Amino acid sequence: MRREGRSRWWIAAVLVALGIAGCGSDSEGGGGARTLNWYVFNEPGGAYEQAVKTCNESARGRYRINYVRLPTDANQQRELIVRRLAAKDSDIDIIGMDVIWTAEFAEAGWIKPWTGARQRAARAGRLAGPLKTVEYDGRTWAAPFTTNTQLLWFNKDKVPTPPAGITWDELIDRAAKAGTGIEVQGNQYEGLTVWVNALIAGAGGEIVGEQGQDRVGPTAETAARIVHKLATSRAAPPGLATNKEDEARLGFESGRSSYQINYTFIYASAAELPGGFQKKIGWARYPRTVADRPSRPPIGGINLGVGAYSKNPDLAFDAAQCLARPENQLVASEKGGLPPTTEAVYDDPKLQKAFPFADLLRESIEAGAPRPVTPAYSDISLAIQRTFHPPDEIDPDEVVSKLRERIEKAGEGKIF
Amino acid sequence: MSERRRSERRLAWMLCAPAVIAMLIVTGYPIGYAVWLSLQDYDLRFPDDREFVGLSNYADVLTSSIWWGDVWNTTIITVASVSIELVLGMAIALIMHRAIFGRGAVRASVLIPYGIVTVVAAFGWRYAFDPASGFVQNLPLISDTAAPLTERGGSLAVIVLTEVWKTTPFMALLLLAGLALVPDELHEAAKVDGAGPVQRFFRITLPLMKPAILVALLFRTLDAFRVFDTVYIQTAGANGTETVSILGYQVLINRVNLGVGSAVSVLIFLAVILIATFFVRGLGASTARQRGEAA
Repeated sequence: MRREGRSRWWIAAVLVALGIAGCGSDSEGGGGARTLNWYVFNEPGGAYEQAVKTCNESARGRYRINYVRLPTDANQQRELIVRRLAAKDSDIDIIGMDVIWTAEFAEAGWIKPWTGARQRAARAGRLAGPLKTVEYDGRTWAAPFTTNTQLLWFNKDKVPTPPAGITWDELIDRAAKAGTGIEVQGNQYEGLTVWVNALIAGAGGEIVGEQGQDRVGPTAETAARIVHKLATSRAAPPGLATNKEDEARLGFESGRSSYQINYTFIYASAAELPGGFQKKIGWARYPRTVADRPSRPPIGGINLGVGAYSKNPDLAFDAAQCLARPENQLVASEKGGLPPTTEAVYDDPKLQKAFPFADLLRESIEAGAPRPVTPAYSDISLAIQRTFHPPDEIDPDEVVSKLRERIEKAGEGKIF
Repeated sequence: MSERRRSERRLAWMLCAPAVIAMLIVTGYPIGYAVWLSLQDYDLRFPDDREFVGLSNYADVLTSSIWWGDVWNTTIITVASVSIELVLGMAIALIMHRAIFGRGAVRASVLIPYGIVTVVAAFGWRYAFDPASGFVQNLPLISDTAAPLTERGGSLAVIVLTEVWKTTPFMALLLLAGLALVPDELHEAAKVDGAGPVQRFFRITLPLMKPAILVALLFRTLDAFRVFDTVYIQTAGANGTETVSILGYQVLINRVNLGVGSAVSVLIFLAVILIATFFVRGLGASTARQRGEAA
């Protein structure tokens, strides 16, 4: 009897404690600065942390940005955010969106369009390549924050003549003759789509139009011939079919390959290597698909969008605009190795120091080919990956019909 | 007597009720919801186009060559890994059963792989076979440029190896329990009659262990058929290693196509029920026969 009484007391105590805790979390959101959650991948260099700090200080108590760290894998980021947005989660205020999500999120009504003065601010002074990634259906859906592109990196000790303006065919022949490899991203994942899209665009082609309509043509066959040629040549590094960006970097650093196609992060990470390896790295523009057309390098990066279910959309727009400011872009370049989207930042001496290849970078981004802007992007990308993998077993003669069939099924929401 | 029996039965149901209700809430509702979703054309990206389409999602899945290819891949992985595990597990169980010295140490060391998180084990083996960072290609008799995870046969072999390495201990443990049920007197009687160790194993141990073997096979086959983590980490379905669970994940989570994705999930569920029924039938028959013999 007595024991029972005591346990009742305990339950009451726990309930009271819970009640107090509940009140505590309520009042936190009520008074003072509004908390805005920024969902974005975890940037290990501390650049995003600093941007958040700068903006929180300049907000003078109007808002406080809370940096919510997502996984570094773009696919996992998307899955996590899509699930929340589909459930109309009001917790998401600002989204660090991979450039390929714009159309999907806009069409589903998960992000708010930027209009009027905000739109002008988001677009002001931005490079053409990144701007294309925030446009869909004639509107602007995000502010370009950081961008990225791939260069052709080479080891100056082993490559006597810089491969400027080279075509893929010449590059593969040259490497095979020299008995060295070319590191690319050949795994069945988004990186393969990046490669294939750049090859197709470099031949003047396209994969799909804005409504997801099929624009696959002979340029896909040209792309397939290049992928297949590299995968079956002596220039193919072992494990080409499983390589992602980091495996490619390792292959280049270990000396297995004298060439690699990769993003700019490989330059910064080479600084820590012994033997002054960073000084041996040379760079050239992305290789051409065909001899008579300039190459169309890939475009990556992060755009800042405002969640459609945010409780404080106006503040979220302000905060996103602040985060995307040129000074924060400069910090992202210096600390995170992420190139800026605002053209003027490229002239900053600090940036020239972080990226000695800044001019080539700007030129590549300006000429870059974004991946298809379509709401069904993830389906299209999956279709490309399935068609072009494994790279050494592609039949270039069949690629066009296979890719067409898959894209058609993707459009109908079928299994492909 | 029958009155008392009825009231006992009622009491039994009442005692079960909380568990039954909890099960209905946590498993019945999601399963029912998945079936309901599988009958609709429903893509999270286009919520306005949602409509009831009957069985057409099932028709789409069952007529696609991808689904059947994936069923085949899953079957290869399941049959290969479970049969290797059965043989190895039996051997390990016999060793553990007969071990005289350090019985506890033997059992503990055998169990270690089972205690490792599947994803971690999958990463470990993936890196081991990676041409840039792995140790496998440095072993004698293996080509220095071997990259098994870049082609189909190699990938399937690595996946099966990982599964076997990880779950053989589980198999061994279940079989050990069965082994403990075989009475020593039978072995001694057979020995007196002149039966050798091989004969005794096949004529006495195996038949008496049949229920334990079936239970072990049932658990492992169900697990193996739903294999996801190992494949996801090691190939993500590349090189013709896609399993039905990976397909379901891709349609449901990546393409957020709830209709077709749920249809895939329901089909996997039906396949699992089919496997379970098959084994439970065999189990029922063998235990019934044993009981008959004992009486």
